[in-house]
Amino acid sequence: MQTVLIHPLVVRITHWINVVAILIMITSGWAIYNASPLFGFSFPDPVTLGGWLAGALQWHFAGMWLFALNGLVYLLYGIASGHFRRKLLPISPRAVLHDVRDAFRGKLAHADLSVYNAAQRAAYVALIFFLLMLIGTGLAIWKPVQLYWLASLMGDYEGARYLHFFAMSAVALIVVVHVVMVILVPRTFPTMITGRTRHEKA
Amino acid sequence: MKKLEGLENLERRLFLRQGLSLGALTLLAGCELTEQESVQRLLMTMSRWNDGVQEWLFDPKRLAPEFPESRITRPFPFNGYYPESDVRIIEGSSYKLELAGMIRERKPWTLAELYALPQVSQVTRHICVEGWSAIGSWTGTPLRDFLKIIGADTRAKYVWFQCADKDGYNSPLDMRTALHAQTQMTFKFGDEILPRAYGFPMKIRVPTKLGFKNPKYVISMEVTNDYKGGFWEDQGYNSFSGS
Repeated sequence: MQTVLIHPLVVRITHWINVVAILIMITSGWAIYNASPLFGFSFPDPVTLGGWLAGALQWHFAGMWLFALNGLVYLLYGIASGHFRRKLLPISPRAVLHDVRDAFRGKLAHADLSVYNAAQRAAYVALIFFLLMLIGTGLAIWKPVQLYWLASLMGDYEGARYLHFFAMSAVALIVVVHVVMVILVPRTFPTMITGRTRHEKA
Repeated sequence: MKKLEGLENLERRLFLRQGLSLGALTLLAGCELTEQESVQRLLMTMSRWNDGVQEWLFDPKRLAPEFPESRITRPFPFNGYYPESDVRIIEGSSYKLELAGMIRERKPWTLAELYALPQVSQVTRHICVEGWSAIGSWTGTPLRDFLKIIGADTRAKYVWFQCADKDGYNSPLDMRTALHAQTQMTFKFGDEILPRAYGFPMKIRVPTKLGFKNPKYVISMEVTNDYKGGFWEDQGYNSFSGS
C-alpha cells in the first residue's frame, strides 16, 4: 500500500480560497440582484451577504480581488505546469455522455482518484469557462464606459447583467452537483486537503 | 423599477454596526462583534482602494456611448430616497445658484442667467447603483465651460454639490470627471424644461458615474480640495462610483 499525490499543493490552496471567494461573490451578488431583480423573484435575505445594498457592494468589490487573483494563480499554474493538459484533456463528447449516463445509474467507477472521468473533466472545464465569463460580464457591468469594448462584446450594459446572472446560475449548478458527488464518494474529500490517496497498484 | 425606500434606508444608516446578515455570520462563524468591526474596516479600505483603481481606469477623453432618440426610456423613471410627492418645490424666479470655494467670481447665478449660457444635448444611459438603467435625453451647459466662466481653480480636487432635497443631499465630484466633456449642468429633459421629478431647476448629469453621483435640485457648488463626503457616500456607497 502506497500513497500517491493526486492534488498538487497549489491546486489545493487555490481550491479552498476559491470556495471562500465564490461564497462571498455569490451571496453578495444575490443581495445586489435583490435591489433590482431581473426576474420575478428575490433571494431570501438569510442567504445574502452584506445586510443592505451598500454592504453587499462592498463585499462584492472586495471579494472580486480575492476571486480574480486566486483564479489567476490557478490558471497560470494549470497552464504552465501541464496540470490542465494532464488532468482535463482530452474531452470527447461521447465519453462525457457515456460517463454521465453511468453516473446516473450509479455505476461510475472511482477506483483511481488520480484520473478524472470524462464527466468530471467536462464539469471542471465548464466551471472555469463560466467563472471567466463572470469576470468578463462583471467588468462590463462595473465599467460599461471605460471598458466599452468589453461591454459591447457582452451585449452592452443590460445584456451583461443577464449574462452575469446566467453564468452565476451555471456556476451554482455545477457547485451543487460537485458537492453532491463529494457526498456520494466521500473519500474524495480528504484528498483535497492532504492531496494524497492510498493507491493499490495492480 | 424599484425605488429606494427613504425611511427604510435611513433606518439602515447604522449598517456599519448591524448590517452583517445571517449569511455573513455563517461565513464568519464564531466571530465576535469586534471582529465584525475589523471586517467593516477592511471592506472600507478595499472600497478606497477601488476608488484609486477607478481613478486610474478613468480616461478623461473617453465618452459615454450616446443613443438615438428612439432608445429613450419613456417614461423615464423618477428615483429618490423619498416618494415623488416629497420632491421640494423650487421657485424658478427666486432660485439662485450659490458658488463657493476656489472660484474667482463667486456671485450667485439666477436661472435666467444660467439659461442664457450655450447649451448642448446628450442621449445617454443613466445607470443606478441598484443595477437598473434607463436612457434619457439631457440638455444643458457643459460644467467645464461654466467652471471656466466663473474662474474656478480646476487644480482643486473636487466640485462639491449641495442640493435642496429633504434631509439635504450632497455629493462630491472629482475634478477630472467635472472637466469631462459630457459632464453637464442640465436644464432640460428632452425638449421640456427639466421636470420637477428629474431635478428642477438644475441637475448635474454625469454619464461616466452611477446615478447617485448625478445630483438633482442643485443649489450650490463649491470648488474645494477637501473631501466633504456625500449623502450616499457617507453610508457606504463607493465614492468614485465611475462607470
